[in-house]
Amino acid sequence: MSPSNAPIALELAAVTKRFGKTEIIRGVDLAVRKGERVAVIGPNGAGKSTLFNLISGRFEPSSGSIRLNGEDIVGKRPYEINRRGLARSFQITNIFSRLTVFENLRAAALYASGQKYSFWKPLSKLTELNDRTEALMASIELKRRRDVPASLLTYSEQRALEIGITIAGGGDVILLDEPTAGMSHSETDRFVHLIRNVTVGKTLLTVEHDMGVVFGLADRIAVLVYGEVIAFDTPDKVRADPKVKEAYLGAVLEAETAAEGAAV
Amino acid sequence: MSSTALKPLHFKPLNGVRIVVWSAFAVILLLLPLAAQSSFALTLLCLTGIAAIACMSYNMLLGQAGMLSFGHAVYTGLGTFVAIHAMNKVAGGWWLPMWMIPLVGGLAGLAFGALLGFVTTRKAGTPFSMITLGVGELVFAAALMFPEFFGGEAGINANRTAGEGWLKDLGLTFGPQIQVYYLIAIYLFVCTAAMYAFTQTPLGRIANAVRDNAERAEFVGYDTRWVRYLIVMASSFFAGVAGGLTAINVEAATADLLHGVRSGGYLLFTFLGGVGFFFGPIIGAILLIFALVVLSEFTKAWQLYVGIVFLIMVVYAPGGFSALIMLNLRRVKYGEWRKMRWPYAGMLFFGLIALWGFAAIVEMLYQIQVAAGSGSALTVAKIPLDAASSLSWVTAIAVLLIGGFGFEVWRRKFKKVWDDGEERIAEAIKKAEAAIV
Amino acid sequence: MSVLNGVSYGLLLFMLSAGLTLIFSMMGVLNFAHASFYMLGAYFAYQVSEWSNFWVAFVLAPMLVAVLGGVFERTVLRKTHKFGHVAELLVTFGLSFVILEIVQLIWGRTPVDYKVPAALDGSLFKLYNAAFPEYRAFMMFVAIGMLASLFLVLKKTRIGLVIQAALTHPETTEALGHNVPRVFALVFAGGCALAGLAGVIGGNAFITEPGMAQAVGAIIFVVVVVGGMGSLGGALVASLLIGLMQTFAVGLDWSFIGGFQALGVEVTPETFGYPVWKLKLSQVAPILPYLLLVVMLIVRPKGIMGTRDE
Repeated sequence: MSPSNAPIALELAAVTKRFGKTEIIRGVDLAVRKGERVAVIGPNGAGKSTLFNLISGRFEPSSGSIRLNGEDIVGKRPYEINRRGLARSFQITNIFSRLTVFENLRAAALYASGQKYSFWKPLSKLTELNDRTEALMASIELKRRRDVPASLLTYSEQRALEIGITIAGGGDVILLDEPTAGMSHSETDRFVHLIRNVTVGKTLLTVEHDMGVVFGLADRIAVLVYGEVIAFDTPDKVRADPKVKEAYLGAVLEAETAAEGAAV
Repeated sequence: MSSTALKPLHFKPLNGVRIVVWSAFAVILLLLPLAAQSSFALTLLCLTGIAAIACMSYNMLLGQAGMLSFGHAVYTGLGTFVAIHAMNKVAGGWWLPMWMIPLVGGLAGLAFGALLGFVTTRKAGTPFSMITLGVGELVFAAALMFPEFFGGEAGINANRTAGEGWLKDLGLTFGPQIQVYYLIAIYLFVCTAAMYAFTQTPLGRIANAVRDNAERAEFVGYDTRWVRYLIVMASSFFAGVAGGLTAINVEAATADLLHGVRSGGYLLFTFLGGVGFFFGPIIGAILLIFALVVLSEFTKAWQLYVGIVFLIMVVYAPGGFSALIMLNLRRVKYGEWRKMRWPYAGMLFFGLIALWGFAAIVEMLYQIQVAAGSGSALTVAKIPLDAASSLSWVTAIAVLLIGGFGFEVWRRKFKKVWDDGEERIAEAIKKAEAAIV
Repeated sequence: MSVLNGVSYGLLLFMLSAGLTLIFSMMGVLNFAHASFYMLGAYFAYQVSEWSNFWVAFVLAPMLVAVLGGVFERTVLRKTHKFGHVAELLVTFGLSFVILEIVQLIWGRTPVDYKVPAALDGSLFKLYNAAFPEYRAFMMFVAIGMLASLFLVLKKTRIGLVIQAALTHPETTEALGHNVPRVFALVFAGGCALAGLAGVIGGNAFITEPGMAQAVGAIIFVVVVVGGMGSLGGALVASLLIGLMQTFAVGLDWSFIGGFQALGVEVTPETFGYPVWKLKLSQVAPILPYLLLVVMLIVRPKGIMGTRDE
């Protein structure tokens, strides 16, 4: 479902990242179109999280350029990048532990709602913001836990909240870093369904290990191995790519494909 | 108390209850002087009111934004100094009604918050705390270098009955302490309302978010440095108001108002009161004045006792007294409190005994060390002791051990009953939740 | 001469800030009571040298302080780890307060006469007309010796390797089977021993009184921030810098007025800002470290050799 003539939302060109003497990202080129859903896969240690950290501004690339909707964002602070419409989730849940579920989501939406640093209006009077937050909370299915402090939620509830915080600001480029990490099979299925619903129309970049999720969710798949993208194409083409098979999937892919074929 | 059972609580009264609470607060402030039987008591009330504003302003930093400052006295102190100079200007003919002096203090606090806060908020977390200590020392030392402004050793004096205006013609000279009390009470009410309202604004809520997870706050669009800087400014404003009220109350400003020990005091007592609830610092202020003025009359070792209570609270009840109160209120709500009566009584009984033993040892040490000139006899809670007699020492140690042992026995009983109760409460909450569709 | 005095003071500051940096780097805990352990070292040394002699105190006092530090870590500090860094800082703050009160309780509020031992109480050499005290040289010797052995332990021994590992990756180190909590207790006690040793040699060179902890406490915080949080090298540079700065400044009577006069500008009491211009450097000496802190924060917040990211 990828509009192949849509403008480029996110573009990486010759991006590298070195930590001391170790080069983790060794020249990545990537162009994601607006509205596309891209899954980033690769073996452990390939640099997937690092890539997300580079795009979202947590780290600065050692060289290369990153463009968001045409604008160069290298060197910008995370909040500057977020204000330009890019939001990310974290592999290790990164929520506001003492705030309730509702407050978590509202806080995440505050800046984008135009409230910024204001202190002359009470939160309770911001009806549009509050309504939107309630709707978001319902869409991530946490309405029953509205007033529970985030630290007391179960693991998968926290993961749902994690996604909620990410999309609350209304950004149209969403980066999800292993959203289904640590979930059981049934939880994963439900969660993917949820992700699909809440990210309609947005440009989505997901790091995933679960191949079922990947093939069900993605328009294109980027395969990252040792800091380089060795393939970036539709799922079928990637599945058939010999480089990919050799470097990464092989038996795993065949097993998943077989399981998929049997399930259909 | 089991610290692991300390789940976050929320004080969430319905709107009707809110009106009742604020009205009750206003009425209490109005009628308090009637309970004050002496001018000493009235002075205590005035000091407590000012301390409450100071501690609440401190909690804007600590409780709301998670910023541990060791230099809060800088803002209260500078507020006092600027206010004192303003008062002298009023005596010299400036038009400014005396009741606006605390606002002058507030603006001074705000200005210094903007100036110094720019430097202190360059870093967050632990480095921030270290920097506030350094800046606090800087300001205190600078105070001694500029006698023109700070008055050197003697400080600066002023007269709060100075100035003209229609209020004065009505008899409101601020000469009598009772008038000063009501000025403080009005400022206290207004500042409390303002600071509470602040917690319900976007900036207030984002400060909470920065406290909980500064990194994530950056990723949802907030420049956390700017948030912290704004909070410092807001906190310094109210600190300056408290400083200005001090100028009126005491009619003098000396450099020790800026001393690190004072900053430490705000930290210590705000924490004791409890940083997690809005009314915690008010309790802290009451404890502060109690310890500073009343406890110090009973024993020279009061600072040691306060320090030990503080250490115990940090480890076993980091939510402070307000959290303890709320926890017990929650018990009452769920009908679990009656079971606690005997364990509480047991701990209290043996705790007091142990306390006597400990106090006896400390006081005897003090007698030898500090008051050696006045002999070796003393009384602790009306019981006579002789620091030179080994019988007294043995008795004190024995009592301490017995009390400690008994306390520990009852503490374990208490813990068991408490934990059981917590489980039942958690169950009840779960059931209530499941009822929500 | 001032250079040597400044360096010896700076080395003392480094002994203190090194221990603080180690504890902070390893455990993330800022030991607010670090200067209090310095004070305890001085008082213990005083008491022990009253009962026997300085050399016994030299060995015994740091050990006593280390034991106290270890006990504190084991019983109290450990319990606050789960509440986060603010709670840890608060508990060490409370400890500093309690230590101060107990010291006053036992030894009183006035300075005690902790003397330099007779054997070291002379002058090592004379430069022009100024004598360099033997004891200062001894202090420098001890400081350098201690730091050299610290360096050796960290870099060359097995336990040092474990400490370095636990410094950046405590969980992994524990997963590899090392008793990280015990390492923490060891490092904390070690840091306190360093502070105690500094107290032993500094208490009689300067002054031993209840206010000594507060006096030096804020300065070592400045050293650590200016040097760069978590950097031992930065702490060394900052300590020497501050030591030299303060020692020199105390002896100089320069003021802005003099500077202006050299430029041909007359400054009178009517001139705007006169209270600032008339300040002499010797008056400003006590706040120079804090001014350095402010300048550093504005110009280069991560410190001279800052390594640890916020």
